[in-house]
Amino acid sequence: MATPIENPLYPFKESPSQTAGPYVHIGLTPNFCGIPGVYDKDLGTAMVTDKTKGERIKLEGRVIDGGGNPLKDALVEIWQADADGIYRGRAEPEFSGWGRCPADAETGIFRFETIKPGRVAFPDGRLQAPHINVWIVARGINLGLNTRIYFEDEAEANAGDPVLARIEHRDRLTTLIAKGKAGAYSHDIHLQGPQETVFFDI
Amino acid sequence: MKSNQTQIANFFPRDRSWHPKAYTPDYKTSVLRSPSRALIAFGNTLSETTGPAFGHDTIGPLDNDLVLNFAQSGMSAIGERVIVEGRVLDERGQPVPNVLIEFWQANAGGRYRHKKDGYLAPLDPNFGGCGRTLSGDDGAFAFRTIRPGPYPWPNGPNDWRPAHIHFSVFGLGFAQRLITQMYFEGDPLIPRCPIVRTINDPKAIDQLTARLDMSASAPMDALAYRFDIILRGSRSTLFENRLEGN
Ligand SMILES: [Fe+2]
Repeated sequence: MATPIENPLYPFKESPSQTAGPYVHIGLTPNFCGIPGVYDKDLGTAMVTDKTKGERIKLEGRVIDGGGNPLKDALVEIWQADADGIYRGRAEPEFSGWGRCPADAETGIFRFETIKPGRVAFPDGRLQAPHINVWIVARGINLGLNTRIYFEDEAEANAGDPVLARIEHRDRLTTLIAKGKAGAYSHDIHLQGPQETVFFDI
Repeated sequence: MKSNQTQIANFFPRDRSWHPKAYTPDYKTSVLRSPSRALIAFGNTLSETTGPAFGHDTIGPLDNDLVLNFAQSGMSAIGERVIVEGRVLDERGQPVPNVLIEFWQANAGGRYRHKKDGYLAPLDPNFGGCGRTLSGDDGAFAFRTIRPGPYPWPNGPNDWRPAHIHFSVFGLGFAQRLITQMYFEGDPLIPRCPIVRTINDPKAIDQLTARLDMSASAPMDALAYRFDIILRGSRSTLFENRLEGN
């Protein structure tokens, strides 16, 4: 296979990643970490308004290292469809679908108040189960990690999800499914160890 | 809008030998923070090819000027004034327009404004250390700052970071999301740094090394450094697929 650098169709290589480092919160959530006044608010902290359509959910969790310790310097971003299963970006002022949360400096907990996403089609037309796309960066993570969060109370949809179906070791499925119901979910992400979360090469 | 619902071609797969591996024991923090199981690939769905978009209403007038954006009135940050300029392109060399670029850095003495940074060098009361901008229609961006100082960090017995600026970049799709660091041409600490050395290929390190660009400098004001950012390309970009007026 030709390497990209020799291929005139794509002459450039992606900029190589480097860790977000211990101070990623300075750059991405400065108000959170004691640098007020540069931006009026931190981006991605409020996902829903009174007018957002859909079932309100609270999602919280931690990113946990191979020694069982929650990361207190991580940053988590999520990207999701709206209640109708449509990725909005800025097209819908009441719901962009994107959120950003720094891990709490004491507990490592991240929290999102959002809506349950609708179902989005897989390229072959089958419907994916409701899911939230997750991107995690932190000191010690050399390249941002991609995973997904599905929902325990969507068992039927999860059973037919084409991405979950790709996971050969079925006992790992639970690492992608948030526990909870009635709009409150919890979901820890394990970077290593017996409970290691499934990460995707997207 | 960028998050249209037409299924577009997949992004080119990430070349994971060009990026640092997850487990890089000379950078000690990676040891417990690196997944050890194989990543699962499934191509791209709309969940990966769409992404958030940001508008000019997000950006304040001083967001791209770290010399002034935390300074008291009439004051400015201490240090060598520099302009960082470049373009956001994809792997096909096409501009990636209107994407959010965020950056953060230590002050001229190598100290971050963060309660966990206890380095001896003092804080600069007029320097916060964060900024952001949007790429233009041609992918171009620029901001003004001061050259950050190198700093020691707890890893090996005497490890120092080269002067660097951290970058966070959005693309048109969430799968293009990228965080990296920019280094300065000629810095002797670059090849000694265990974080730089998580990257195997010297050409890849070179891609993160900004070049002095006298033609973009501001005479009697600031030197300029050129830093282009390359995001994953796709066989048919989302931009081209955008519907008229969409
Ligand atoms: Fe740094």
